[in-house]
Amino acid sequence: MDSAELIGMISIIMAGATVGIGAPITAIGEGWAVSRAMSALAQQPDAAPVISRTLFIGLAMTESSAIYCFVVSMILIFANPFWNYFAGLAGA
Amino acid sequence: MTITPDAIVYGQLGPFAINATLVFSWVVMALLVVGSWLVTRRLSTAASVSRGQLLLEIVLTTIRRQIRDVVDEDPDRYLPFIGTLFLFILVCNVLAIVPGFRPPTGSVSTTSALALCVFVAVPAFGIASRGLGGYLKSYLRPTPLMLPFNLLGEVTRTISLSIRLFGNMMSGTMIAAVALAIAPLFFPIIMNALGLLIGVIQAYIFSILALVFIASATQAHEEQAARTNHSEKEGTHG
Repeated sequence: MDSAELIGMISIIMAGATVGIGAPITAIGEGWAVSRAMSALAQQPDAAPVISRTLFIGLAMTESSAIYCFVVSMILIFANPFWNYFAGLAGA
Repeated sequence: MTITPDAIVYGQLGPFAINATLVFSWVVMALLVVGSWLVTRRLSTAASVSRGQLLLEIVLTTIRRQIRDVVDEDPDRYLPFIGTLFLFILVCNVLAIVPGFRPPTGSVSTTSALALCVFVAVPAFGIASRGLGGYLKSYLRPTPLMLPFNLLGEVTRTISLSIRLFGNMMSGTMIAAVALAIAPLFFPIIMNALGLLIGVIQAYIFSILALVFIASATQAHEEQAARTNHSEKEGTHG
């Protein structure tokens, strides 16, 4: 197995693992936030605009860690720097 | 399938490659400027106003109300910057539904440029309202030990602002493309509708976060001043 195959295989596995580990943990955190916001809304319906705005901002902040994982896996698949390097090396 | 619209190059202008990001940013800018110019050319205060004026008035009022909800003061100070950010990102994201249009926000260059604008605007607003010394002192709060973390936070939140918008818009485009390859009949429509929703939410999130950062730079001082003046002003506040 030459280096290009090895890099391709590990990149694909890691791309899957990155999203597979990063997304569920973020989802758990977001689920917690939403559930607490729901109980806060049930207790104080008058504060709905403030609660939902804060919830949205918090969710966006939390969501960004899952987005980072997604971006990393996309880079691994579509714009892998090591792959291009070794492909150039093999071509030359 | 290209990951960013930067890779689609239409031509070369001196040292700059004219890529899809640039072209579609110009399209969005032209659309916003010409549309607003056409509408605001004939403003009226009569009982019946044109549809365009009504639309712009609704957009403006909504943005002003949202800003007022967050900062609790006159929104007109923040309106030009935040409103421009929101409208530009919103139009970019929503036009993604048009076939052939690549949203410029799906490229790191656009989103990092927008985030850099916020990065510059935060100290600018902070210094304008609190003075240079007052703004720099905010880095030493709550203790001088926090100085490195405050400085680091300035940089990391700029990066996360740009990567968040880029990741969301890029994933929308990618998911639509993947869905088209797997189940081309009906599924892409649902994913496109979801992409529209995400685009609007991300435009809202980006501008609200920018506003929160700016407000945190301008307002800490005012809160303190309000607290010290609280006893004498209590009657007028109540």
